[in-house]
Amino acid sequence: MIEIKELHKSYKMGSNSLHVLKGINFSVEKGELVAIMGSSGSGKSTLLNILGMLDEADEGIYTLDGVPIENLNETKAAEYRNKFLGFIFQSFNLINYKSAKDNVALPLFYQGMPRKERNAMALDYLERVGLKPWAEHLPSELSGGQKQRVAIARAMASQPKVLLADEPTGALDSRTSFEVMDLIQKINDEGNTILVVTHEKDIAHMCKRIVYLKDGVIVEDRIVDQVRASSYV
Amino acid sequence: MFNRDTWKEIIDTIRKNKLRTFLTGFTMAIGIFIVVILVGFTNGLQNTFEEFFGDDATNTFFIFPGRTSMPYKGYKSNRSIRFDNSDLTDIKANFEPLLEYITPRITRSNLVSYKGESNNYTNRGVSPAHQFSEKTIIMKGRFINENDLKIKGKFAVIGRLVEQDLFNGEDPIGKYITLGDSAFKVIGVFQDDGGDNEERFIYIPYTTRQLIEKGTDRIEQIIVGFNPAIGYAGAMVLEKNILKLLKDKKVIAREDRSGIFIRNIADELKQNQQFAQVLGFIALFFAIGTIIAGIIGVSNIMIFVVKERTKEIGIRKALGATPRVVISDILLEATTITTLSGFSGMLAGLAILQNLGDRLEDYFITNPYIDMGFAFGATIVLIFFGTIAGYVPAKRAARIKPIIALRDE
Repeated sequence: MIEIKELHKSYKMGSNSLHVLKGINFSVEKGELVAIMGSSGSGKSTLLNILGMLDEADEGIYTLDGVPIENLNETKAAEYRNKFLGFIFQSFNLINYKSAKDNVALPLFYQGMPRKERNAMALDYLERVGLKPWAEHLPSELSGGQKQRVAIARAMASQPKVLLADEPTGALDSRTSFEVMDLIQKINDEGNTILVVTHEKDIAHMCKRIVYLKDGVIVEDRIVDQVRASSYV
Repeated sequence: MFNRDTWKEIIDTIRKNKLRTFLTGFTMAIGIFIVVILVGFTNGLQNTFEEFFGDDATNTFFIFPGRTSMPYKGYKSNRSIRFDNSDLTDIKANFEPLLEYITPRITRSNLVSYKGESNNYTNRGVSPAHQFSEKTIIMKGRFINENDLKIKGKFAVIGRLVEQDLFNGEDPIGKYITLGDSAFKVIGVFQDDGGDNEERFIYIPYTTRQLIEKGTDRIEQIIVGFNPAIGYAGAMVLEKNILKLLKDKKVIAREDRSGIFIRNIADELKQNQQFAQVLGFIALFFAIGTIIAGIIGVSNIMIFVVKERTKEIGIRKALGATPRVVISDILLEATTITTLSGFSGMLAGLAILQNLGDRLEDYFITNPYIDMGFAFGATIVLIFFGTIAGYVPAKRAARIKPIIALRDE
């Protein structure tokens, strides 16, 4: 599903440049649930941003579902993001003046789906995350866990190839974190490929595979026994 | 791009962001509103000027006798000057080709009565040409003619309001009214755009007035209409030459300014027109300034709006909005707001101008109006530049990398 080879990325900080990713080689199969771990500054978020086409690599090869991701202009990147990827952010990033339903329907709107259809679909996904009764509520009327679940529904709505979650539980208490991870596991059970960036060990162990990043290189990549979040809930 | 969904999205955004919608719209509406009112008032002011002179011919000199202010050729100072019939003939003989008409005017006030009704009215002894100088409009019958002058007939042309006051709906033509001590036959009724006062005058042949006053040949005032073809400069020369002729004839020093007065309507009109024109320029200057201020205001708000929406734009881009969609959404939103508010500002201005009508006449603003084309043009210009002003930040917003926009503060 995801293939990356010799991925490099550096940021210019004034006169000196910061080499963040120093040749990453890494691949993900369909249906995997991968945690990317590392301390802050290890480059894990940068990696996720490049995978999410939110940022560009300086060099290296990136193939997503057999499509080479290279020389992207903004329009093309937007199109790929819409078609291939779903995002879950630490700070939810819901549009605050749109209802839960409208937030979930937004990627479908950019796909050009007719209104009735996408509203029905948005409601469907809200039901899956257990928030159908909150469909008409604004984000400000929802709790943190509820917001993240809306964001997950939104990420799922466009039926992406890969879900990218950047510290999805970073802004949540542990109980809510486990609820959200439970949801992510269930989505993974349905055969969806998910990448989770996190620095929390227990969250990482709820995935099936953990990739450790340190100073811009992968230092460890192992399969783990998945801890079901439902056992904590 | 122009499907229902796009519009729903825009209307949604507008509805849910009332403050910035209000700010943009208000700047726009107030700008256009001020322009419309300003230009309307200026036009009203110009209307007032035109109305001042509109009811009288403008190619006119009024010549009045006065008192000398300096001794000259053996005459003492403070001598009272009088005009008589020979002055008319002299002016006519000397300046014939430059003149359109010439008429004396002798003004008196007498008690006028018909049957039971009576009232005091101003009457003017004039010659037929007077009709041109006052732009008198005959409604019934006729004005005074040359023959009336010759036979010194007791004929009267009465104003519309005199007819209303005295005749109670009776046809006045051919009826006799008592004016002073004599009976005059009404030969015509006139109206005048100069207002109610002017429609309470009665015109009689000046020769008749002279006959009544014991056969005198005195006249009070001479009104000269010059040929408009001689132009403004020609009129100024003519004014000077007439003054010279009369001063020589009445033995008044050339430099004596109070022996004879000439009121030159053409000159006054020109001065007032210039004044109105300058006012027009000032108003135009302010109108353009207001439009520019409006454009700057809208630009500022657009920059602020885009700044405020950076994060939202990042989210939208992460979800698959292309730069084109981002730009067109921002622009369509801006254009929708500026168009709606611009035109409401314009309509509000127009409505107020329409409603004011003559209510501000006391402040010299008559019938304020604005050329629809101008109002429309100003609105379109403001919308156009508002959109351009929105385009620059919108384009920058579309280039923002989602990663930067999404970065947590």
